[in-house]
Amino acid sequence: MRILDLLDEVRFAVTANKARSGLTILGIVIGIGSVIALVAVGAGAQRSIEANIQSIGSNLLLVLPGAQRRGGFSVSTGRGSATTLTSADADAIALTIGAAHTVAPDASRRYQVTARGTNTNTQIVGTVPAYARTRNIIIQDGAFLTDAHIRSVGHVAVIGPTTRDDLFGPDAPALGQRIRVNRIEFTVIGVTQPKGGTGFTNQDDVIYIPLPTAQRFLSGDSAISTISIAAADPASMPMLQETVTTLLLDRHHIRDPQLADFSVLNQADLVATAAAATSTLTLLLGAIAGISLIVGGIGIMNMMLTTVTERTREIGLRKAIGATRRDIRTQFLLEAMTLTIIGGGIGIASGWGAASAISAFSGITTAVSGQSIALAFGVAAAIGICFGYYPAWRAARLHPIEALRYE
Amino acid sequence: MAFASSALLPVAPVSDNCMIELREIEKRYPTGDTETVVLRDVSFRIDAGEFVAIMGPSGSGKSTLMHILGLLDAPSHGTYLLEGTDVAALPEDERAAIRSRRIGFVFQAFNLLPRATVFRNVALPLVYAGMARRVRRAHIERALTAAGLPADRWQHRSNQLSGGQMQRVAIARALVNDPALLLADEPTGNLDTATGEVVLETFQRLHQEAHRTIVLITHEQYVAEHAQRILHIRDGAIREDIRNHAPRIARITSPHAHP
Repeated sequence: MRILDLLDEVRFAVTANKARSGLTILGIVIGIGSVIALVAVGAGAQRSIEANIQSIGSNLLLVLPGAQRRGGFSVSTGRGSATTLTSADADAIALTIGAAHTVAPDASRRYQVTARGTNTNTQIVGTVPAYARTRNIIIQDGAFLTDAHIRSVGHVAVIGPTTRDDLFGPDAPALGQRIRVNRIEFTVIGVTQPKGGTGFTNQDDVIYIPLPTAQRFLSGDSAISTISIAAADPASMPMLQETVTTLLLDRHHIRDPQLADFSVLNQADLVATAAAATSTLTLLLGAIAGISLIVGGIGIMNMMLTTVTERTREIGLRKAIGATRRDIRTQFLLEAMTLTIIGGGIGIASGWGAASAISAFSGITTAVSGQSIALAFGVAAAIGICFGYYPAWRAARLHPIEALRYE
Repeated sequence: MAFASSALLPVAPVSDNCMIELREIEKRYPTGDTETVVLRDVSFRIDAGEFVAIMGPSGSGKSTLMHILGLLDAPSHGTYLLEGTDVAALPEDERAAIRSRRIGFVFQAFNLLPRATVFRNVALPLVYAGMARRVRRAHIERALTAAGLPADRWQHRSNQLSGGQMQRVAIARALVNDPALLLADEPTGNLDTATGEVVLETFQRLHQEAHRTIVLITHEQYVAEHAQRILHIRDGAIREDIRNHAPRIARITSPHAHP
């Protein structure tokens, strides 16, 4: 049988019952479309988290209190978790390790902040001047914390642009304004430049105050949430990570590195961890959408089985006038595949549209990748073959005489 | 029985003119623990250009015989020579290839593709024979003309036609591959008498003018009498082989012109 004739037969059969073909195609459209859209949401989340981490700064090493666990890490920078790092640890690193370009400890926790009747809940980072260089923080208005503020345990604050918008209104002048944290008054001395980013790693919704002030007036102890260390250059990162670990193990009197009560993470670790978390999310979303794809595939099989039963006499006739089993099988298989490929094509377009609509209306970053399109199309074709093969096989093995007599 | 049928059909040396030769064909079906013998020791030959009716009551085995003749089914035992080739034990796909090129079927129920045009229906055997698209048209038109379907009906869909016209389309479809053998299974069974005459006239014309080999299966004496030769089958065996020297002539009559 020639390919043009085969396509002709398929076109004829698919257009014969337009409503049924349409509904079957719709099943595949929904399946493929939801896979594309949901994987795009997952991939978008991954991309924005990675972008946020990158914006913290390269050459960055983070020392966190608490042990690193096997298969990723689980530490909280908030209080209530381990409090094994102190300012003295940070000072020791700054003093003894030459490869540490800048060292900036911080004590961070969320507090309720009020200012002239407005209030917001945000991250209060108690830190030192070196933090700005270590974390690539650029000041838009005013100035960052200085050593004088540290020495005098000053009640001054540098705020992020989102915090400024929340407390004083968009782009309102903030310098010299008073804010209250835990009934302690601070004077705003600087506003940072927006870094962009959304979600739980937003670096624009933050307030920086001097570290001693945070320890004395807010937390009441000398615990440190993070020590940020900037390496002189990317090449010295592995060596720096090793010397920092050795120094801290020594200071904490721990022999076995497995039992360390702190974790030293570099940028690559953070990106890898975030990527692992978000790819799990992507996988989960993809799996949910995959279920609808399987349901769509069963729809194809159901339609093809009905078609084969309905057209039993026609199959008998085709066989009588010379169709081989292969001709019949190819014809029905191609019918199923045509339905899935049409459905797949429309599904990719509508999934893409849905992803764009999600981005436009909810602000969630989405990313439709060529990979997910190729995957969806491959899956559609595979569904056509898998779910179309059984009906086609049933049609092909019909005995011509019995098929012709079928009522 | 073998002796009896040999006596009935004196075995002649195979001439070049021989289209079909059946030798001791037997067909059995398993039914539960026992076997039902549908055809026993059937032997006959049909020459090229003959118009033969195979006649018998229902249950006589005539449909099974037609299925074997048309290579839709294989005999349990025996030899079937079609144009000198033994086709009794061929595998399914080779039988399909022979059906496609050498045999044309006309069924009682027409078995046309209902939504397809006349042209598309008639083209179907050419599709399976793998004929190039551009040369099909001439074959289709020739077959439709031979089957006597008016040209103004050629682009109609087959479910817009009358019963007689549908059977003519089916005949055209059977003819389009220029088959050696035309097999008709109760071709007038679904038609009224006048329309049946039209179909029988078509067969007689194809026989006389185009020298087609035609095997017509029927249970009606009246229909069988249009053929040159009548094979009577009963209880799975050929009982009589009669030369019909004065075949009934089919006449196309309008139902009003003649009672």
